[in-house]
Amino acid sequence: MQVPAQVEYEKATSLEHAIGLLRRYGPAARILAGGHSLIPMMKLRLVQPDVLIDINGLTDLSYIKLAGAELRIGALTRHAQLLESALAGEHFAILHDAERVIADPIVRNWGTVGGSLCQADPSEDLSAAFAAMKGTMIIEGPDGRRQVSARSFHTGPYETVVGPAEVLTEIRLPIRPGGGSCYLKVARRAGDWPVGAAGAAVWLAGDVIADAGIGLTAVGARHFAAAEAEEFLRGRPATTETLARAGALAAAHCEPVADQRGPADYKRHLAGELTTRVLRQAVARAGGR
Amino acid sequence: MKLTLTVNGTKCAREVEPRLLLVHFLRDDLGLTGTHWGCDTSNCGACVVWLDETPVKSCTVLAVMAEGRRVRTVEGLASGSRLDPVQEGFAACHGLQCGFCTPGMMLTARWLLDRVPEPTEAQVREAISGQVCRCTGYENIVRSVLWAARRGGGSAT
Repeated sequence: MQVPAQVEYEKATSLEHAIGLLRRYGPAARILAGGHSLIPMMKLRLVQPDVLIDINGLTDLSYIKLAGAELRIGALTRHAQLLESALAGEHFAILHDAERVIADPIVRNWGTVGGSLCQADPSEDLSAAFAAMKGTMIIEGPDGRRQVSARSFHTGPYETVVGPAEVLTEIRLPIRPGGGSCYLKVARRAGDWPVGAAGAAVWLAGDVIADAGIGLTAVGARHFAAAEAEEFLRGRPATTETLARAGALAAAHCEPVADQRGPADYKRHLAGELTTRVLRQAVARAGGR
Repeated sequence: MKLTLTVNGTKCAREVEPRLLLVHFLRDDLGLTGTHWGCDTSNCGACVVWLDETPVKSCTVLAVMAEGRRVRTVEGLASGSRLDPVQEGFAACHGLQCGFCTPGMMLTARWLLDRVPEPTEAQVREAISGQVCRCTGYENIVRSVLWAARRGGGSAT
């Protein structure tokens, strides 16, 4: 029987209240959102917070909206809400591609976007998707609000830049003309973590790739991104050969490790092949060839 | 701490530890043993109950997170002696063998049919994709849900 260790529980009534509680309790406190990563970790005693600060009542952190040329996603948005959002899908098809393969429909009902990001699992899907889209995270704390790029959000496995008294509140995704995006994941079975997965966002100017973002997860990519492949694509025509070359670069620059989901060489193969495929689909969606 | 919530339409209040999982609260504190406790790792879906409008895996929700909310368990599917069409479908199509996964399967099926009254087979399979039947009786579970969809009429409660 798996049960968490004894823990105190506080229900936050506002973001300020949550930050105040975090300040009061210090690093021994953990934010409880959907709980679908934290509670299993607590059952296994991999984390043992003294206090849980439940933010499920902060419904003003649950939204998907446009603000200028940005899509803004509140951190408490449930995975199911993101999957069902026509607005999100219209601007970033990659979000629906990714959400369709994150856990299962029941887990998606309560698991949150912000919770997944802050859990910072090295195989997490949205981390790669937001890296591909070149998003920005908004973090609030006692000293006010700050923003960091999606690619500097994670500092290592299960570690982020969010401080002990801070809360991730929002993800911002820039909407640029000529954009298309896609996400693909290979998993052993429905609802599982990926063996490997890739996401791509491209921005075309005619037939030329003006900019590209490539996200990779579960394959040991630095900052969940394939910077060398992105650099190669910039300014090149979106031909089949170019996209295949970018896939090869992504495979060459990641550092997968063997585990129960597969050997390192297979994961490296996946990184390359999936990168090429998501780029092809992202280009097609952007209206290119 | 004090926990007040509504379970199958009945308001109840109990004193609970914050670490108590919703599945154990339902089974041990309220005696509602229709909700099954399976894998403990949010994989199998035997513990699925509704929290407000959506099904959740109750082994991965603290009871205190249900404060002020509505919980619906398999005991809340029928209305008196009138079964939910989903329950009738499982009976008509032999949708259960050992029955361990059945409560969770039926609660997810009811959620699906409330949102998609005439689902395709693929939609049924997707809806239950986070739930495991170790008898591997998926064919008949899918048939049962589609039977309930054809029967129509919505929830019994």
